[in-house]
Amino acid sequence: MGLFYPLQWIADKLTYDLLSLAQNTRLAASLDFIIYDILKIFLLLVIMIFAVSYVRSYVTPEKTRKIIGGKKGLIFNFLASGLGVVTPFCSCSSVPLFIGFVEAGVPLGVTFSFLITSPLVNEAALAVLLAIFGVRLTLIYVIFGILIGVIGGYIIGLLKMENGVADFVYKIKSREFIEPKKNQSERLQYALSEVRQIFKKVWLYIIVGVVVGGIFHGYAPEGLLATYAGNKLWGVPIATIIGIPLYSNTLGMIPIIESLVAKGLPLGTALAFLMSVTALSLPEIIILKKVLKKKLIITFVAVTGIAIIITGYLFNLII
Amino acid sequence: MKIEILGTGCPKCQRLEQNVRKALEESAKKAEIIKVTTVEEIISYGIMSTPALIIDGEVKVYGMVCSIEEIKEMLS
Repeated sequence: MGLFYPLQWIADKLTYDLLSLAQNTRLAASLDFIIYDILKIFLLLVIMIFAVSYVRSYVTPEKTRKIIGGKKGLIFNFLASGLGVVTPFCSCSSVPLFIGFVEAGVPLGVTFSFLITSPLVNEAALAVLLAIFGVRLTLIYVIFGILIGVIGGYIIGLLKMENGVADFVYKIKSREFIEPKKNQSERLQYALSEVRQIFKKVWLYIIVGVVVGGIFHGYAPEGLLATYAGNKLWGVPIATIIGIPLYSNTLGMIPIIESLVAKGLPLGTALAFLMSVTALSLPEIIILKKVLKKKLIITFVAVTGIAIIITGYLFNLII
Repeated sequence: MKIEILGTGCPKCQRLEQNVRKALEESAKKAEIIKVTTVEEIISYGIMSTPALIIDGEVKVYGMVCSIEEIKEMLS
């Protein structure tokens, strides 16, 4: 981690010089680690949000729905899922996006591919995962996040549930508009304002998450979670189900989950929990009720939930 | 001049409205401001990412807030 050496230097300075804590004590080591983690997350967060927001200024949902409208095939599930990665993770945007996609003739399954991946894989979560779990796990998370969207959407498409969409959605007609021109400085400004806004929303959760995780790291007994939660058979579905009603700030959750993994929680179970909290949150389901009938909501939750459980098992098997 | 502001009432949409009003004030222009707040109506404009600013029927910007200066330029 040579790249983050300056952050370690700052953390050391703060801990040992500014607060003048004695070296080699548990408290100092914990604090040093916590400061370093927070700095690392903040740095990656700024870089990731900036980069993805810049890309987003080119790949807008309005343009994408024109491209994938009226076309069927697994490749479009992939495209929609990929788009889900760059669009914002705010659940308030899912209803307009859903209606817009359906209106443009995007098949239901393709629309769901987008709807599943969008909250699951977002730049802010990736930044925190990268800081806490490293490159390899983050890549695996991205790949599975996209695959869950692609396969889940594809299955929903096969089920032919077009009548599960609220009737009013099909009545909406939209007109074409001429794409406004954006210059480079506008795109950069947009990326910067996104960084500011998301950062303002999440920084406190991250600090709380890292501190709680740090305390757990330092003071919970080793192997605490290896017995009950460590059950590789039941752990995954239970973690997934617990994750659905839980709606918390995922970003703050990641460092806590990492500390649970360190105490014996299997990685696949942790991953299933994290994905369930992110992709299947109660507020998201309530918002989607505006545009989906009950049976389609249940199908959406079931298909996504099962895909997450399978992912968790796969992980526990491999690692 | 007719200015339409599309947004369901999120903080970003409110900021855009404030910026539009300030820009009008500073450039001493008058315009009719119409707020479009329901999802159905917003989609009917072909737009999914809010907030959006439409001046005399032309989509000027969507999915982001623009500054007072930028709006002033659009108004002239």
